[in-house]
Amino acid sequence: MASYSTNEFKSGLKIILDGDPYNIVENEFVKPGKGQAFNRVKVRNLKTGRMLDRNFKSGETVEAADVVEMDVQYLYSDGQFWHFMNPENYEQLAADATALGEAAHWLKGEEMCKVMLWDGRPLAVTAPVFAILKVTGTDPGMRGDTVTGGTKPAKLETGATVRVPLFINEGDFIKVDTRNATYVARAKE
Amino acid sequence: MRCEEENWRPTASLASLRLRAELLKKLRAFFDTRGVMEVETPALSRAAVTDRHLASFRVDDPSGGALYLHTSPEFPMKRLLAAGSGDIYQVGKVFRAGEAGRLHNPEFTLVEWYRLGFDHHRLMREVAELVQLLVPGLQQSPEYLSYREAFLQHAGFDPFIADRQTCIAALRHHAKVLPAENALDYDGWLDLVAGETVYPALGKGRLTFVFDYPAGQAALARIHSGDPPAAARFEAFLHGVELANGFHELADAKEQQRRFERDLEFRKATGLPAVPMDEHFLAALAQGLPECAGVALGFDRLVMRAAGVHSIQEVIAFPFERV
Repeated sequence: MASYSTNEFKSGLKIILDGDPYNIVENEFVKPGKGQAFNRVKVRNLKTGRMLDRNFKSGETVEAADVVEMDVQYLYSDGQFWHFMNPENYEQLAADATALGEAAHWLKGEEMCKVMLWDGRPLAVTAPVFAILKVTGTDPGMRGDTVTGGTKPAKLETGATVRVPLFINEGDFIKVDTRNATYVARAKE
Repeated sequence: MRCEEENWRPTASLASLRLRAELLKKLRAFFDTRGVMEVETPALSRAAVTDRHLASFRVDDPSGGALYLHTSPEFPMKRLLAAGSGDIYQVGKVFRAGEAGRLHNPEFTLVEWYRLGFDHHRLMREVAELVQLLVPGLQQSPEYLSYREAFLQHAGFDPFIADRQTCIAALRHHAKVLPAENALDYDGWLDLVAGETVYPALGKGRLTFVFDYPAGQAALARIHSGDPPAAARFEAFLHGVELANGFHELADAKEQQRRFERDLEFRKATGLPAVPMDEHFLAALAQGLPECAGVALGFDRLVMRAAGVHSIQEVIAFPFERV
C-alpha cells in the first residue's frame, strides 16, 4: 500500500486518516532547535468538507489516498443516483446524493462536471461555475424596477432557490454562480 | 514549464540580500569592538552530533569511510577554547538533514560565539545587545522568563511536575488531533506544547528569553542542582520564532560522554542512524574547558526579522528547492 512520510507532505497531497480520505491544505514544519520535530497540518475531509488541525510527529507515515479527478458529462438522475459519462471512453458512473452535495441544485443535463474519485468511487461532484436556469416560480416582477437593488426568492427549474432582483419574472432565464448560489445576470436561454 | 524555467532565479530580493550583507558587516564590527576573535572550523567531520533530534548529512569519503557535515561548529570551537583561544565567534553554514519549511532550510547560517567567564544570564544580555543593534524598532528591555514561568503563563501548567496527560489536556484546548500518547516521551510532549502554545506567544515587539530548562533538555548545558534541577540553557524568541540557543557550558568530560552514550542508546533503540561520537571534543574537555557560556544564533531568521518578511526563503538567495 502506498504511503507518505511527513517529509513528503505538501498541500494538495491526498492521504487517509481514520479511514477517511483527506486533502492536505497546509503543512508547516515545526521544530525547536534542540527538540522533537512536528508537522502542523491543516487537512480537509474529502467526504464531509470539514477542516481539521492535526499534529504529526515528523517521520510518521500515513497511507496515501487513491484520489483522482476527471471531467464527466451529466446524463440524468433516477432519483437515487446521478449518472455521468466519461466522454473519452463512454464509461458511465453513478454518484449518490452525498457525493453530489450542492451540485445537485444546478444540474439539468449535459453539463460537464468534475468528479473526484476515491478508489474508483465518486466522492464529490463539482458543477460548472455558471449555470443558465429557468425561473419556474417567483412573485410577479415590478415593472421598471431595475435599480432599487431589492431582491426576492425565485425557484428554478432544478428545484434550487436563489435570490433575484425584483424585475425577474417567471419564465425568465438567469445566470447563477454555483460556487455561492448567487444570481449573476438575466440570460438568454 | 514556466515555473521551472524561473527556478534559476534567487528567491530573496536583491534588497534583502543587500540588508543581509549590511547586517553581517555590523555583526562583525560588534564582535571586533568587544575583542572577540573570528575563527573558522571545518564543516566536515569524522564524527557527528549524537543529539536525538538532529540529523547529519553523511558524505562518502572517496579514500574510505564517511564524513559528516556539521550541524553546528560547537565541538571544534570548544577544542579551540580548550587550547586557549579566548573569546571566539564564527559565522558559517551548518547543515541539518530533513529540516525544511517556512522557518527552516537544511543549509543555513549560524552565528556561534563563546565568552569566557560568562554565565548564561550574562550571555543573554549580550545576545539582546546584538539583536537590538541589528533589528531596528525593538523595545530596549527584553523579557526574561524561566521555562517554568513561560509554561505557567502560556500553557497553564508547571512543566517540572506535570505529565503527558497534562500536555495532552492543554493541547486539546486548541482542538487539535494529536499523536498517540506513547508516540512521544514527556520531553517530546513538552516540545509539542511549547511549539503550539508557548513559543508563538513570545517575543512580541521585544526579545523574550526563556531559561532554566528541564534537565532532560540540557543538551550541552551544565545542570544546576536544585529542586528540581534545571539546565543552565536559554533560548531567545522574537515574534514567536526561536532565534538563538545558549548554554552555560558543560565542562565535565565524563558527564559529556555519558550524555553522548545515552543519546546513542536512544538512537539505537529508535532506529536512528548510529554516528561516531567526537573523541577529539571529549579529549579537549578532559584537558579542560575554561568556564564559559556559548550561544548559536540563526542569522537567516535575524535577517527575516530585520527585513520584516514571512519566510526564510525570502532572505536566502538559493534555498534548498533551488540548489
